[in-house]
Amino acid sequence: MQKFTTLTAQAAYMPIANIDTDMIIPKQYLKTITRSGLGKWLFAAMRYDAHGKEIPDFILNANPQAQILLAGENFGCGSSREHAPWALTDFGIRAVIAPGFADIFYNNCFKNGLLPVRLPKEAIAELAESKQDIQINLKEQAVICGNRRFDFDIEPNNKAALLNGLDAIEPVLAMRSEIKKFEAAHFARQPWLKVGG
Amino acid sequence: MSKTLYDKIWEQHVVHDFDDGSSLIYIDRHLVHEVTSPQAFDGIGREGRVLWNRDSILAVADHNVPTTSRNDRVTDDEARIQLETLEANCQSYNLRYFGPHDKAQGIVHIIGPEQGFTLPGVTLVCGDSHTSTHGAFGALAFGIGTSEIEQVFATQCLTLRKSKNMRIWINGVLPVGVTAKDVVLHIISVIGIAGGTGHVIEYAGPVVDRMSMEGRMTLCNMSIEAGARAGLIAPDETTFSYLKGRPFSPREQMWDKAVAFWRDLKSDADARFDQEIRINAADIAPYVTWGTNPEMGCAITQRIPNPELIQDGIQRASIQRALAYMGLEGGMPVDGIPVDQVFIGSCTNARLEDLRAAAQIAKGRRRAANVKRVLVVPGSGLVKEAAEREGLDRIFIESGFEWREPGCSMCLAMNADRLEPGERCASTSNRNFEGRQGRDGRTHLMSPAMAAAAAVAGHITDVRRFEKGVA
Repeated sequence: MQKFTTLTAQAAYMPIANIDTDMIIPKQYLKTITRSGLGKWLFAAMRYDAHGKEIPDFILNANPQAQILLAGENFGCGSSREHAPWALTDFGIRAVIAPGFADIFYNNCFKNGLLPVRLPKEAIAELAESKQDIQINLKEQAVICGNRRFDFDIEPNNKAALLNGLDAIEPVLAMRSEIKKFEAAHFARQPWLKVGG
Repeated sequence: MSKTLYDKIWEQHVVHDFDDGSSLIYIDRHLVHEVTSPQAFDGIGREGRVLWNRDSILAVADHNVPTTSRNDRVTDDEARIQLETLEANCQSYNLRYFGPHDKAQGIVHIIGPEQGFTLPGVTLVCGDSHTSTHGAFGALAFGIGTSEIEQVFATQCLTLRKSKNMRIWINGVLPVGVTAKDVVLHIISVIGIAGGTGHVIEYAGPVVDRMSMEGRMTLCNMSIEAGARAGLIAPDETTFSYLKGRPFSPREQMWDKAVAFWRDLKSDADARFDQEIRINAADIAPYVTWGTNPEMGCAITQRIPNPELIQDGIQRASIQRALAYMGLEGGMPVDGIPVDQVFIGSCTNARLEDLRAAAQIAKGRRRAANVKRVLVVPGSGLVKEAAEREGLDRIFIESGFEWREPGCSMCLAMNADRLEPGERCASTSNRNFEGRQGRDGRTHLMSPAMAAAAAVAGHITDVRRFEKGVA
């Protein structure tokens, strides 16, 4: 997984609350059996008209260089589709800054090198107004723009996952004997849990 | 120390508590479907890993399957490849798999309980946000992403942070014509679509106690629509009698042992919740959404809010955007809005009880002339068979409704069942997001009886006007 340490980039502002994962990547693009190539269809219904032509006003058409997305509350609500972070990162988005995120989307970000940052909506409005590049320093947990600095909170395990870019499975597999021990005791307490006995 | 039901199930599954506040949680049951699993199987193969416990997995094809004849070839190449990939993966990993021709096939969240694969006290995951459905059995069940599917395949565990506890207590008795769907739509409009974020919601109180398992599943199913990853209801006699004798339910002495254990699965009387919400059943009327997320709804007797009167800028803009998309005006009543299509189905409302409620309204009536199509899509092959035994299929067909094969169908319109641009649909599904049922399609969420009433009236209407209400 790609690491996330620092990023200095342009931002695109979508002042919409409750941007759902159907909006981020519509269902007709979920028929893929790979993780790649979804960036083209990011926000497809908003980016392209019914004939497939780009809508020039849409922010990511106007500013395809953006690597940071600024958005309204409850970003990523709805479906659990990991295609949403796949589409965002494939397009080139490395961080989403919003007042809040839906739980499943939030977790999916950390498996894909995508940083979700929670900041108050006033701070986001301020970042959107300043047309300067935004700098994000994950280690310091800070978003910096010109002479303004906004600190953010992040869970230590999620922070470590992005800073190190580590595979999530290997460290758990390293706990194999502990899991096996738990499993034996768990099945002894609730023997009906063992499917097919 | 007193504990909630969620605290108890969580603690029973902690393999390891890490210093950073996260925990390694053991997963008992894993449901798999064709859309979110291929990349996870691919990852397992690429890394040369093995599945930790293939018996914990039940796989089914549901999102992409055609609901016309099962013998119809899937003409969409990508969909067909996805279906074939699931079948191939199930073969190579030797997994329990219900393919499109299996009588037990159906929507993943309908067949889990139907097979007795979902049990009280288990942790259950699926790469699908409506996994919250299984919480109706007192299972800790939640949707996960594809990377997490791969992790559960390989390790049978997930690294999680514990959520907060919320309890929604529903008092009183549901009025005539009001169903679990109306209750949950009402709850979402009260707490908002992000109201449950970071929480597990336990539903309790007299209304829940009297609710059937079907109704409880509808309630828990839409917890995610309030932002909660999981809903929970403590198991009771209703739960046990639903599960007894199902294919994967424990049997004989093992059944007795299990039930004895399950009886203790409830929140302690003095358990503390981070948030408590009280809802009065008497305040709930048949409910309809008018906007583009599930919190944008109102009782059938009410009017759509006027965005001009909303103070907050982003909220006003989002209502204006929703009304423009839906082709509606602020201030208009929802009663009387004409519909083009009706969809009765989905993991929210495609169980036998739902089909009975719709049939009761449809019986002896006809689809209105302006309604182009009414799709009735049973949740599983077994639901379909049971409905046909009762003659529900005949009632629907005589009313001019279409009786289809099971699948997710027009809830998310991945298969050929979808709305044309601008078409308006009365739908028993769970999401009214922009484009959900087809590009520029307009979705109004409601109960099965309300959807059937819209089909015969030609417009959204109050089901309580019908003589044979849903008492």
